[in-house]
Amino acid sequence: MQHVAIADQPDHLHDPQTFITKYVYSQDHKVIAIQYGVTAIFVGLVALCLSAVMRLQLGFPNTFDFIDPSNYLQFVTMHGMIMVIYLLTALLLGGFGNYLIPLMVGARDMVFPFMNMLSYWAYLLSVIVLLASFFVPGGPTGAGWTLYPPQAILPGTPGYDWGIILMLSSLAIFIIAFTMGGLNYVTTVLQARTHGMTLMRMPLTIWGIFTATVLGLLAFPALLVSAIMMMLDKTLGTSFFMPALVSMGESLDYSGGSPVLFQHLFWFFGHPEVYIVALPAFGMVSDVLATHARKNIFGYRMMVWAIVGIGGLSFFVWAHHMYVSGMDPAFGFFFATTTLIIAVPTAIKVYNWVLTLYRGNIHLTVPMLFAIGFIFTFTHGGLTGLFLGNVVIDLPLSDTYFVVAHFHMVMGVSPIMVLFAALYHWYPLITGKMFNQRLGKIHFWFTFLGTYAIYLPMHYLGFLGVPRRYFAMGSTDFIPESAQSLNASITISALIVGLSQLLFLYNMVSSLRNGKPAGLNPWGATSLEWQTPHAPPRHGNWGPVVPTVYRWAYDYSVPGAELDFIPQNHPVSAAEQTAGDHGEGKS
Amino acid sequence: MNILKVLLDKSWQHPTAAATAAQYSGPDAQAAARVMLRFILAIVGVIFFLFIITFLSRSQYPDFEALAGPPWQPFTNASRLWFNTGLLACASVAIQWGLSGTRAGKLNVTVAGISAAVFFTVLFLIAQFDLWLHLQSMGFYMNGNPANSYFYLLTAIHGLHLMGGLLVLCNVVFRVWYDNDLKTLAAPLQLCTTYWHFLLGVWLVLFALLTSRPDTINALAALCGF
Amino acid sequence: MKIVVVLILLVIGTLAFHWWSPWWMTPVASNWDNIDTTISITLYITAVVFVAVNLFLAWAIFRYRFDPSRRAHYEPENKKLEIWLTVITTVGVAAMLAPGLVVWADFVNVPENADEVEVVGAQWQWSFRLPGTDGVLGEVDSRYVDESNPFGMSPNDPAGNDDVLISSNELHLPIDRPVKLLLRSKDVLHDFAVPQFRVKMDLVPGMVTYVWLTPTRTGKFDILCMELCGVAHYTMRGYVVVDQQQDFDSWLAQQQTWSDIRAIPPGDPIAGEASFATCAACHGQQGEGNVAMNAPSLAVLPPWYIARQIAHFKQGIRGANEVDAFGRQMAPMANMLPDDSAVRNVTAYIETLQPRATNATILGDAQRGAAHYITCGSCHGAHAQGNYALQAPRLAGQDDWYLKRQLENFRLGIRGASKEDPYGHQMVLMARSLPNEQSVNDLLAYLNTL
Repeated sequence: MQHVAIADQPDHLHDPQTFITKYVYSQDHKVIAIQYGVTAIFVGLVALCLSAVMRLQLGFPNTFDFIDPSNYLQFVTMHGMIMVIYLLTALLLGGFGNYLIPLMVGARDMVFPFMNMLSYWAYLLSVIVLLASFFVPGGPTGAGWTLYPPQAILPGTPGYDWGIILMLSSLAIFIIAFTMGGLNYVTTVLQARTHGMTLMRMPLTIWGIFTATVLGLLAFPALLVSAIMMMLDKTLGTSFFMPALVSMGESLDYSGGSPVLFQHLFWFFGHPEVYIVALPAFGMVSDVLATHARKNIFGYRMMVWAIVGIGGLSFFVWAHHMYVSGMDPAFGFFFATTTLIIAVPTAIKVYNWVLTLYRGNIHLTVPMLFAIGFIFTFTHGGLTGLFLGNVVIDLPLSDTYFVVAHFHMVMGVSPIMVLFAALYHWYPLITGKMFNQRLGKIHFWFTFLGTYAIYLPMHYLGFLGVPRRYFAMGSTDFIPESAQSLNASITISALIVGLSQLLFLYNMVSSLRNGKPAGLNPWGATSLEWQTPHAPPRHGNWGPVVPTVYRWAYDYSVPGAELDFIPQNHPVSAAEQTAGDHGEGKS
Repeated sequence: MNILKVLLDKSWQHPTAAATAAQYSGPDAQAAARVMLRFILAIVGVIFFLFIITFLSRSQYPDFEALAGPPWQPFTNASRLWFNTGLLACASVAIQWGLSGTRAGKLNVTVAGISAAVFFTVLFLIAQFDLWLHLQSMGFYMNGNPANSYFYLLTAIHGLHLMGGLLVLCNVVFRVWYDNDLKTLAAPLQLCTTYWHFLLGVWLVLFALLTSRPDTINALAALCGF
Repeated sequence: MKIVVVLILLVIGTLAFHWWSPWWMTPVASNWDNIDTTISITLYITAVVFVAVNLFLAWAIFRYRFDPSRRAHYEPENKKLEIWLTVITTVGVAAMLAPGLVVWADFVNVPENADEVEVVGAQWQWSFRLPGTDGVLGEVDSRYVDESNPFGMSPNDPAGNDDVLISSNELHLPIDRPVKLLLRSKDVLHDFAVPQFRVKMDLVPGMVTYVWLTPTRTGKFDILCMELCGVAHYTMRGYVVVDQQQDFDSWLAQQQTWSDIRAIPPGDPIAGEASFATCAACHGQQGEGNVAMNAPSLAVLPPWYIARQIAHFKQGIRGANEVDAFGRQMAPMANMLPDDSAVRNVTAYIETLQPRATNATILGDAQRGAAHYITCGSCHGAHAQGNYALQAPRLAGQDDWYLKRQLENFRLGIRGASKEDPYGHQMVLMARSLPNEQSVNDLLAYLNTL
């Protein structure tokens, strides 16, 4: 077992000196967070380019000779897998989780810093293994990000040989990396909170990340188990998932296995995975909204319960991805019900975000704009989820572009809106510099309007019945020619959105050098991470004394207070005591 | 700590005045390690739980032939498995004995206990490997039947977890103990001991499952709804 | 304040897009119109929520915009409001779920009088099996699958003898009769989807899944595979034709049963040699092909492929397009073979001919061509040897000028455009992934090395 962070004994805080110990071989949670963040954004850009290539084919079929049906499927697969696992999971938990947890709960570092560092290096290894699959014979796997057997390991699917083996290996390494990091996150939240930081005084960001990490720790084993078993089916010829079949006219030695069993395992991981991405985003957007609206988050307790409730329920809805998978249709009743039940806490979260703005004092800063964009896109994506969760409606719509549009809206665009909100919101803390607001706003408009222009029409392709994962539609009797113009317009929007991300990258990089010094706490936020003695915080975070917490994380615009925010580490003042108990009896 | 009470806390109502309490001096390392161990046990538990669930589900397909029951199946006579189980149980007892020695400050008991635990654990792993070879020689190959596949898979995963435990135990012994004194060993050794007992428990479940006769397996599967 | 205007415009725009867009569900052709009703209910409820939440959001942003002289209202929670919102949401969710579950109960309970039809999926083609006069589908097993028994019919089950086997991708169903489609896959996951029928279900190898429906409208509808099944997933198409009962009966009468198929005698190469004399005039004595006559090599082609092409020429599926001058020459020639047994004999003879080496006439970058060929190789084989199971002919040793012309014909829809030609249609879609001449030349340069 590991030891306590050296950083917890302030008298022997040996700050790292050389470049290597400071930025490469570092156990500081902030450096690890940045390493995670930069790596994740890098692979995310790779996946973005892949999606641009896919869109070129769909918008303008039969035009480009560098896209053929094989590598199209490979791009689809790698785009999906990278975005879900290696970008979103890694950036939200490995990046923001690492950076914010110790700072927000008032710790000097993660509880097990060495393991935390190992976590990053293992993650980097998993990314390298994943990208290596582009350079092996046959290329990466083209089985779709769900990697369904039997086709994932049979000829007829690109990368059925090396690609799938590397993919499964990379996932296994990623899971080990995530587990090492995740153990740190939960232990730090449970054990390293500073004096006075009770659970219900934690910002919602921490609640979101904490719950998501618990989900991840318990859900990723399902992916690991299925990856191990599929790997054995592929390499040693076992028949866990492989039934007797005739592939390409040849009878194979498999017998008796069940492809549906894999799907159960995969989605037992896969659905919690949606919330592993969504819950940290829910948390962070709550804090961004509260800070920039100068108002406490509305219904804090309800928000916490909703996060925990959604997290718990997410283990009981997995088979709604499998309504048409051939499992016993009687399961449909149960899973449709649980799925629609989960809509209730989710809807409450949306109401509470909107009600946080209601009677606030709203600064339309760049993070706030992205947070508003999130509410809009998430509402849209959540509502279309009610279509797909309702088992009969899933019959015509599953495996069409409606599904693609829905999950991009809810799991792609919405969390990415939050990621941008969070990156802009915490950029002054992480770098000590202020970003260029003007560029930030331009970036927002392109991203927000552009993504809606991509995904709103895409739902209608789904209503038409256009299937997903088709290299080209060809001709059918029921899809009008005009659908192609819709596809072309989606592609153009996608390319614009993709290009506009260069603005973001430029802003982030150039503000490092040219940005105005942000100073301490430029947004006037209450939570602990903004109360460090230095911006950006130094190794050990807090200088000589760890802060003590006296209040919850949302004391904005408290009646009678001098400023419109009271940081968590400020004890009750005389003025406040005369003003009486906060907020009671005002309903 | 009552979790319900915590979640019902209206935390905004009672901001506190300046602390008079003693300065906070950082997290409790041992408590943190205990929490982490609990999570590790939960994760390992989930992994084996899922394997077992898939085992039960897979067992209901016609080609599945349980490894016990008919006389020609290898675990109808499970004496070798009983022997291996005895080895692992000895390891558990030994590490517990070593832990009691550590607590009592007895160096020789600690050394003997931990050494015996490592010895029996390694012996268990070798015996398991020998069992693999034995089954191979009897023609029960990995890809022969899903029951065989599960036997190799489950024992391999269990063995890997034991090896991981051995690595951590070595780390604990050499790093914690050589740097400090016997007292500092007690807490991490306690965690290792818990882990060993847990893996013994997992093994007993696997043992029971692998030596179950077809009707037992069918009953279990029916219980899980397969 | 731009964001306020934009939010309002987006709400209006979304509604406008919904109302005025021509893109909506294709008219239903089965008894599942109640699925459409469920969708409408959900659509209205969610639209109300969408409009309400976003307009309230826009109003709140406008009304409570930053004002230095004002402070935000301090209100940690409001139990009454939160409870009301929870209750209303729950009611709304229940209103969407309840009709869904009612319809699902219909879906789960198959009517007892439903006819059974088996749908068989394989990479990348559909085929179908009807139970025949005894009303029972014979036993099948993947162990029995081979060239002469693509359905894997069990030789031990007499119930299979009268099963009607339909190897084409077109299934006929009688109108207004409930049908239970038993779905079976030979290799990987597929999904049987007919958008007009609304229902769909995966085909899973190793098990039989099902879906039931009652066709309510005559017509010809596309079958699409909607579960990713490999490289040519998007070309896996078929048709369901919903007929009036008498049309269905006459279609059924033309189909062959398993015992009919087994009774077909093998081709006689000696008898075929005589008919081949006509072919040899253009294609050469050894079927080696002749560039001057624009006649491809026949010796490299497998008999089942030649038989299918002769049938297509005879039926006007191939060689009917005005642009296809050489195809049009072939069509009357094919008609000189009077019946199926003549075709079988001549293909049996051609099978005895030895292919000869061909001369490369096309220059290209074989290395780039190899990359293009990865997709082709999925069906035609890594060495372009062809594969009966995928109905893909041998390409290695075929004349490159001929392949080039055919790729061009496929790409332009001169060949393979007919609905009667499922494999040709696949090639149309595939050939379009080689959009320019250079890529075709590269590919053929690579094929010449095989």
